[in-house]
Amino acid sequence: MEISAKTGQSAKTAPQKKSSIRERRALFYGLLFTSPAILGFIIYTLGPMIASFYLSLTDYNVFKDKTSFIGLDNYIKLFSGEDELFYKSLGTTFYFVVLRVPAVIIISFFLAILLNMNLKGRSLFRTIIYLPSIVPAVASSMIWMWLMNPDLGLLNTALNWLHLPTSNWLFGEGSVIPSIVLTTLWGIGGTVIIFLAGLSGVPKSYYEAIDVDGGGWYSKLRHITVPMLTPTIFFNTIMTIIGSFQVFSEAYILTQGGPNDRSLFFVFYLWRTAFRDTEMGYASALAWVLFIIIMIFTVFIFKTSKSWVHYEGERQ
Amino acid sequence: MRESRLKLTAGFTALLIVSAMFIVPFLWLLRSSVMDLSQIFIMPPQWIPKPFHFENFKDAMTVVPFGTFFKNTLIIVVGVLIGTVVSSTIAAFGFSRIKWKGRDTIFAILMSAMMLPAAVTLIPSFIGWKELGFYDTFYPLILPSYFGGGIFNIFLLRQFYMSIPQDFDEAAVVDGATYFQIYWRILLPLSRSAVIVVALFTFLASWNDFMGPLIYLKSDSRFTLALGLQMFQGSYNAQWDLLMAASTAVVLPCVIVFLIGQRFFLEGITLTGLKG
Repeated sequence: MEISAKTGQSAKTAPQKKSSIRERRALFYGLLFTSPAILGFIIYTLGPMIASFYLSLTDYNVFKDKTSFIGLDNYIKLFSGEDELFYKSLGTTFYFVVLRVPAVIIISFFLAILLNMNLKGRSLFRTIIYLPSIVPAVASSMIWMWLMNPDLGLLNTALNWLHLPTSNWLFGEGSVIPSIVLTTLWGIGGTVIIFLAGLSGVPKSYYEAIDVDGGGWYSKLRHITVPMLTPTIFFNTIMTIIGSFQVFSEAYILTQGGPNDRSLFFVFYLWRTAFRDTEMGYASALAWVLFIIIMIFTVFIFKTSKSWVHYEGERQ
Repeated sequence: MRESRLKLTAGFTALLIVSAMFIVPFLWLLRSSVMDLSQIFIMPPQWIPKPFHFENFKDAMTVVPFGTFFKNTLIIVVGVLIGTVVSSTIAAFGFSRIKWKGRDTIFAILMSAMMLPAAVTLIPSFIGWKELGFYDTFYPLILPSYFGGGIFNIFLLRQFYMSIPQDFDEAAVVDGATYFQIYWRILLPLSRSAVIVVALFTFLASWNDFMGPLIYLKSDSRFTLALGLQMFQGSYNAQWDLLMAASTAVVLPCVIVFLIGQRFFLEGITLTGLKG
């Protein structure tokens, strides 16, 4: 009796011990495989992030020998209105975001619906619409600068031909931001494809139900396509907002902030402050303001998403 | 669901118009790249150049050292490609096929880096590289890819790895395989298409990168194509013909790579978009 009880006990502890060895082995190898990524996160993200916040509290300048800690002075200078360009660049960027995000979402949504129809040459159409999104920003900017050239560009030539008023495009104070939005719309292919993926997940039977009820195109869109795609709309909206706030290459190449600072985008202003004027402490404060703004927008959309994003299989 | 003929025709026409709008910039680029300036100035514009000036390409490459830019870009792109593919597949393996304590928490923390605007880390990273004496070298552009290869790529590969049944690994463990053998012999061959997607995305991102080279490279002799093209614009503003020829040369490799890997591309975007 005693012996068998003993063996029973040891049989119980042995697998436990074995499993803890296995767990420790898994932990070791798990950390080993992921260590480059974790290290990279610390070196290239976390470290610089902390350093950036510290820099934003100093007057660090490449050409100054001494750097002193100045507390919140940079932030005070930003918000007090002493730096006109700060508010100007913020306003410009907001205007760009407000104009671009709905345009990207609505146009790519409807393009995806068109591309999802059972049409001849569907895959060719998909290729054509996706292709511009892989063109390097530098090259696409060059192409658009040329298309939008006020004297020789294709756009004004076409408008002239149609007897419509021409535009100064990138050179007009009022038209520069809408023009830049237009150039970026050429590259919405990625967003379209994500919508297409969302559309392929909508069961056909749902539409058939509307057919039976005698509903038309609009009620299908209103009651099935849009609600079913809200998770995709949500994802695309967040990604487009984050991207739009950070537009840089287009700003740098197309206009350099001009004319008359009308396209002084926030990240372009930040780059100019840090790398042309070498005010890196002050520019770090700019970076943190951008970070907080993007955070606020993202959190806000996440919070409201509960009321308009429907996940399948979820009761309302 | 049956779509009415009228609706199909309307859809087809709409797509035809939109596609034309998407193609026109390419055509404008191509036709300008093989014209001389006098042809470019003709109003109304010609669509088919008479005659073709293919020597624009040769001229554009001699006006600025395009060969050097091309070589520099290639060095960076290949360096980044190797780093990204090796290090993101290894990390994704560790985040999906090995069960360890704290794994998902650490992954979530790493994912949060995607939310961080690049502008925040830009300045300290620049100061760091400069202090180390790597300003005006390729290291700041290549080396980071060897540390994880970007959380987005790890995320994409992890999604894929998690869709592969765990039985394979367990069978291999019973046979006494090490984790590295499972990664090398089982996961990598099974995830070939996902790895190709990562490689394609990485190629494009690195080829197209503008801000990185702009900040870290100073000498003309180290410029990449993206920077070189921009330099072109500065010094030869009115020479639209040469600028368009140079732009075509920069765009072409991307288009070729895309057309070759098209199938994988669309798959990859779907993978990240659907489950994201």
